[in-house]
Amino acid sequence: MECGVYFTTYKDDMALRRKPLEKLRLALFAALVVIFPFIASPYWLNLANQIALATIGAIGLNILVGYTGQISLGQGAFMAVGAYGAGVLTARLGIPFWLSIPIAALITAAVGVLFGLPSLRLKGLYLAIATLAAQEIVEWTVVHWTSLTGGVEAMVIPAPRILNMRLNTDFRFYWIAVGMAALTALFTANLFRSRVGRAFVAIRDQDIAAEVIGVNVYLYKLLAFGTSSFFVGLSGALLAHYRTIISWERFTLETSIVYLAMIIIGGLGSIQGSFFGAAFMTLLPAFINTAGRALQSTFPAIATVLPAVQQSIFGAIIIFFLIVEPEGLAKLWRDIKNYFYVWPFSY
Amino acid sequence: MKRQISRLQVRDVSLYFGGVTALSEVTLDVYEGEILAIIGPNGAGKTSLLNCISGLYRPQQGHITFVDNNGRHHELTRLRPYQIAQLGIARTFQNIELFRHMTVLDNLMLGRHVHMKGNLLSCGLYWGRQQAEEIAHRERVEEIIDFLEIEHIRRQVVSTLPYGLQKRVELGRALALEPDILLLDEPMAGMNVEEKEDMARFILDINEERGVTVVLIEHDMGVVMDISDRVVALDFGRVIAEGPPDEIRSNELVIQAYLGDESLMAFV
Ligand SMILES: Nc1ncnc2c1ncn2[C@@H]1O[C@H](COP(=O)(O)OP(=O)(O)OP(=O)(O)O)[C@@H](O)[C@H]1O
Ligand SMILES: [Mg+2]
Repeated sequence: MECGVYFTTYKDDMALRRKPLEKLRLALFAALVVIFPFIASPYWLNLANQIALATIGAIGLNILVGYTGQISLGQGAFMAVGAYGAGVLTARLGIPFWLSIPIAALITAAVGVLFGLPSLRLKGLYLAIATLAAQEIVEWTVVHWTSLTGGVEAMVIPAPRILNMRLNTDFRFYWIAVGMAALTALFTANLFRSRVGRAFVAIRDQDIAAEVIGVNVYLYKLLAFGTSSFFVGLSGALLAHYRTIISWERFTLETSIVYLAMIIIGGLGSIQGSFFGAAFMTLLPAFINTAGRALQSTFPAIATVLPAVQQSIFGAIIIFFLIVEPEGLAKLWRDIKNYFYVWPFSY
Repeated sequence: MKRQISRLQVRDVSLYFGGVTALSEVTLDVYEGEILAIIGPNGAGKTSLLNCISGLYRPQQGHITFVDNNGRHHELTRLRPYQIAQLGIARTFQNIELFRHMTVLDNLMLGRHVHMKGNLLSCGLYWGRQQAEEIAHRERVEEIIDFLEIEHIRRQVVSTLPYGLQKRVELGRALALEPDILLLDEPMAGMNVEEKEDMARFILDINEERGVTVVLIEHDMGVVMDISDRVVALDFGRVIAEGPPDEIRSNELVIQAYLGDESLMAFV
């Protein structure tokens, strides 16, 4: 597989992209990302922004679930903390947009550590139930703490601005969303090629062996919850500023499940997979909607069944990936790359 | 005989699981620089003893004291396993406990965890100092890879390796911690003769060249005779004999304990 590529220093050998082809591919992707907003229609720009924000959230969840092996049903709750955190900071306290985002993310990280405490005692299904409790508690708080969040009414926040430039168009927000997604991906990639990330993965694979080799498993589990929640909160905070209107219905248990599906379909423990999953779960409903609307003129009845169709397709795809390709789209992508790496000499 | 300095003192340790007595008033010493073999029939309490030393089990009674390089005493029964690792005690497991989805390299790098300083932020940024740290420790790991002759599999995911190599990688991970005391729970179980010889050679080299004190649980009496300086025999959680290998082999109590245990008939 790796025929013909040698490294003379450990630095090269330990680089994130080791082979020339990988570097080229990354450069091409970056170029595409930069050109895209200039050629895309508003509709596609909107989708791209959604994908970028979902990618941040999916990477966050993947840090916890895919890399550290701690199941979480609290994704929606953590996104809510980030979103309402950013909302309260800007709309109620007048803190500038750019500052509200890291603060909201840090608040979410703290909340994540708090709700990560049960993980010190619980595993698997039991931990899932404990994070479900976190989800319910946050949801309940958001709906009932009306003075702070506006309750079931949507919370409106001012359009984001930097130095008097309003970032309320899809084109302008694109650079922030994509920039933050890229930074998140880079940070995470670095994390998992060095000491702390390795300890996270060790806990996933064999927590007793991790402890015995010197990893403070309690501390690192909480650290994983904190790191994960930071990025999930970041995603929520950006979403709040992007929409400029926050409603609790975006952060329910269903959100948690959609994000779990995202990383399962994309690939657990993979950054690329997080992106693939985010893109897939954003584009698929958009596609189904478009197709549905196109058909609606001929079959008006479709409008009533569309949501059900969407849910069934989601369900079917998740089951497909669980059974046929548990490693998700990232694995398919790897297979394709490997195939072409030796092409045309396939053996 | 190398038995001047006691580095590990097990005193009066008893461990119960409900009605089962796994260890009963076990007292023994591990001396600096020796290879101590712990033998005994199935269920004698050998693994339980190792688990008490590495902090996985907490004995209901007794003390385990570790003396570090500076002569400081540490009461291990009060520490968590990761703290015991930080003191310089590493181990392998009877049923290989590797990080199965990680590469050989990453498994060994985890052995360096206690020696590294990287924190969440420095790892995520991976600038200057963090990168230098990763490279420096990679070099240490490569040295162990050379020593164990596993260069060809360094980038392989551990779960794809054959059993004998996995055992070797697990030894490498423990070795990467640069322990003062290395605890090995049946490192040669399930290996063929050639693999056993390799493993015995590695253990001897680790002991002699790296000066690591070794505590070894082993069923194969031939191996025990060949490589250990001293033997402790357990039966039903009690120490029934202690001494040099050739004395233990002819000890009445030990032979009694093994009678009826056909896995060890070769010994009698
Ligand atoms: N976690 C546990 N829970 C309950 N009982 C245990 C536990 N660990 C060990 N025991 C019991 O303690 C006794 C000693 O077991 P241990 O595993 O220490 O024996 P061993 O000498 O290592 O045997 P083997 O040669 O089979 O590995 C056995 O009766 C065993 O069933
Ligand atoms: Mg045992």
